[in-house]
Amino acid sequence: MAMDVTKLGVKAKWKELTEGMIIAGAGTSKAFNTGEWSTDKPEFIEDKCKQCLLCVPVCPDSCIPVIDMKRGAFDYDHCKGCGICVKACPFGAITMEGVR
Amino acid sequence: MSYNFKETMNKPERLAPGHRMCAGCGGTIAVRNVLRGLHEGDKAVIGNATGCLEVSTFTYPYTAWEDSYIHNAFENAGATLSGVEGAYKALKKKGKLDETYKFITFGGDGGTYDIGFQSLSGAMERNHDLVYVCYDNGAYMNTGIQRSSATPMYADTTTTPVGSESNGKPQNRKDLAAVIAAHDVPYVAQTTFVQNFKDLHIKSEKAIYTPGAAFLNIMAPCPRGWRYNTPDIMEICKLGVETCYWPLFEVVEGKWILNYEPKKKLPIEDFLRPQGRFKHLFKRGNESLLEAFQKEVDRRWEDLKFRCSR
Amino acid sequence: MAKRDRLSGNEAVAIALRQINPDVFPAFPITPSTEIPQYFASFVANGQVDTEFIPVESEHSSMSAAIGASAAGARSLTATSSCGLAYMWEELYIAASNRLPLALALVNRALSGPININCDHSDSMGARDSGWIQMYAENNQEAYDNMVQAYRISEHKDVRLPIMICQDGFITSHAVENIELLEDREVKKFVGEYCPENYLLNPECPMAVGPYSITDYYMEAKRNQAEGMKHVSQVVLDVAKEFSSISGRSYGLFEEYRMEDAERAVVMIGSAAGTTKDAIDRLREKGEKVGLIKIRLYRPFPASEIAEALRNVKAVAVMDRAEGYTNQGGPLGADVMSALYRARGNALAVNYIYGLGGRDVRVEDMEGVFEALKQIMEEGDAGETYRYLGLRE
Repeated sequence: MAMDVTKLGVKAKWKELTEGMIIAGAGTSKAFNTGEWSTDKPEFIEDKCKQCLLCVPVCPDSCIPVIDMKRGAFDYDHCKGCGICVKACPFGAITMEGVR
Repeated sequence: MSYNFKETMNKPERLAPGHRMCAGCGGTIAVRNVLRGLHEGDKAVIGNATGCLEVSTFTYPYTAWEDSYIHNAFENAGATLSGVEGAYKALKKKGKLDETYKFITFGGDGGTYDIGFQSLSGAMERNHDLVYVCYDNGAYMNTGIQRSSATPMYADTTTTPVGSESNGKPQNRKDLAAVIAAHDVPYVAQTTFVQNFKDLHIKSEKAIYTPGAAFLNIMAPCPRGWRYNTPDIMEICKLGVETCYWPLFEVVEGKWILNYEPKKKLPIEDFLRPQGRFKHLFKRGNESLLEAFQKEVDRRWEDLKFRCSR
Repeated sequence: MAKRDRLSGNEAVAIALRQINPDVFPAFPITPSTEIPQYFASFVANGQVDTEFIPVESEHSSMSAAIGASAAGARSLTATSSCGLAYMWEELYIAASNRLPLALALVNRALSGPININCDHSDSMGARDSGWIQMYAENNQEAYDNMVQAYRISEHKDVRLPIMICQDGFITSHAVENIELLEDREVKKFVGEYCPENYLLNPECPMAVGPYSITDYYMEAKRNQAEGMKHVSQVVLDVAKEFSSISGRSYGLFEEYRMEDAERAVVMIGSAAGTTKDAIDRLREKGEKVGLIKIRLYRPFPASEIAEALRNVKAVAVMDRAEGYTNQGGPLGADVMSALYRARGNALAVNYIYGLGGRDVRVEDMEGVFEALKQIMEEGDAGETYRYLGLRE
């Protein structure tokens, strides 16, 4: 059974922690917001996008979701604004302040 | 194995966002793309040596891993996953498990080339059915950019600082892929983020699905430690390959295969210049250091070509 | 039906392991524990077990692999001695903090340096604060019986902690004694199947183990871990009771030998207890009121029970087969004296360092200890409490 990590916040009492500090479940980090780390964010200009998906593998933060062979909108809750995707796009469909 | 980039990108993500690696980290780019070598439906247990990746991807209670994951300590990722793989075999033998699992462990160069070397060597020699992936950023980045045996010559690190009597790291880097190939394991490969990841994706799938022990050495630049402009990571990787600093090769059942030969080998300066850790090499009077660096790259490149020609 | 045999302690433990048929056994040779994986490897080679035996390249890796296997959902163990245990030190803490119920067959041997292959307890005493359960044996029979009971204790849902089954290097590990073995099927039935709740190879739900814990969690995590230890004593007693019903042999947290009216007592661990019993028998024949407390469960430490057993004792000698370099004595001495203090005990207590690096302990030596206790009792003063036994001075 997957655990509910919302009950394991920093105020959790010792009895409430998981035995052996294990987490049953996966991908619980989605509940942790790293989008706040930076105010600079890439902008997706959908009209220019040819759906080549070359921006997808370069993202260190898995912030470009792919559904049915097509990329979707940026996950700004987690994007740290590194700018790598801007340079990976051959069609100028991603822009960001300070990155060209 | 036929390869299709878009289909590879369409696979479910196996490293969730919300981990705390630095913006622009090469380590997680390596991890995400290696995991795309897994076939959909196959389960995996991921191992991890202590390092940036570990402290940032499983900070209690947040795991970024969509598969089962074990971190034990710094120097024992090879042995730990050996035990996990042993458990798999035992549970299969006893009829307690039906599902197919694959075993992949990640370590930085510190945990792989240095402190975890014995454990890695043992796991390789015993030929456990697992893949050890080194994301090589050429220094102990988690503790603050200390030199490792993977650090290239002349790099400015916090334990080989450039000073009036020092040009950075005095020694050459260890050629770990060759050392592991000398273990005569079924599959060894070196790669990085080039060719739109085709080389990395194909090698990852091969490594994961080759029965027995496999080793992948992936150059994974660290913007903090290398001091290049963060968005330029793909360009840095390309220059690593085009200068023959980081050649792409495989060793399959003992046979060395060169996967890419640049049409025109670029001078090593092109790879070094964008990186702050090599800034001192471009000061007037240090031309001989660049020459020495070039000579070593050339020697290794010729040696690799010779191995691959047999 | 039990069968009698003549076996060394190592072979007896190896046979217990064959009967248990664990899932994964990573091992690395070190004297005097080497025979355990050696015997076991022959069981594997002859198809008597279906364990994955992994001959690794170091003790650090044997414990690391045992941890990986246990987290994966397998019943795992390893065996070692001395420097091998020291090399695992970091991993011992990780096994315990991950609450992995793996076992370690430890054959006690002196730590280097100087290098020495013979018995003392400096190896396991160094691991006493690692969060492992530690059980010790006086003889081969006890080593076998403790191994059979090990997983029932470590895997208990209220415990889930690793367990170290210790015996004295060469003295019991290599000496051959008469021993009573249980039937294979009896052991299998007693030990049962391992059914972990969460594990890496659980197809129903993945698991992540070994997190980075920030300060906000670390202390709570340690307290949570300590809770497992609090349940150990009761589980040890419950398992011993059940074991007695299949073996006819009774065990507790410690053994009290002729303690009923004892005025003077020795507290010790391991094989020298046999020698001490002989000394006690001789002295009892002369009408002297002497007795022994032989520790079986050392971690967790049964402090209040020991203090209670020493309630009417006037003078006690605590015997440490390891130096503590505190200038006060050894670890057992510190534990027993602290137990007496907490219980407002009245016994005058001294602490002896003895038997280091295989130094022989004779019946006469232990008679000398009781003689010294007599003097302490008569004078009403413990005098020097930090003493050596059997040292050339």
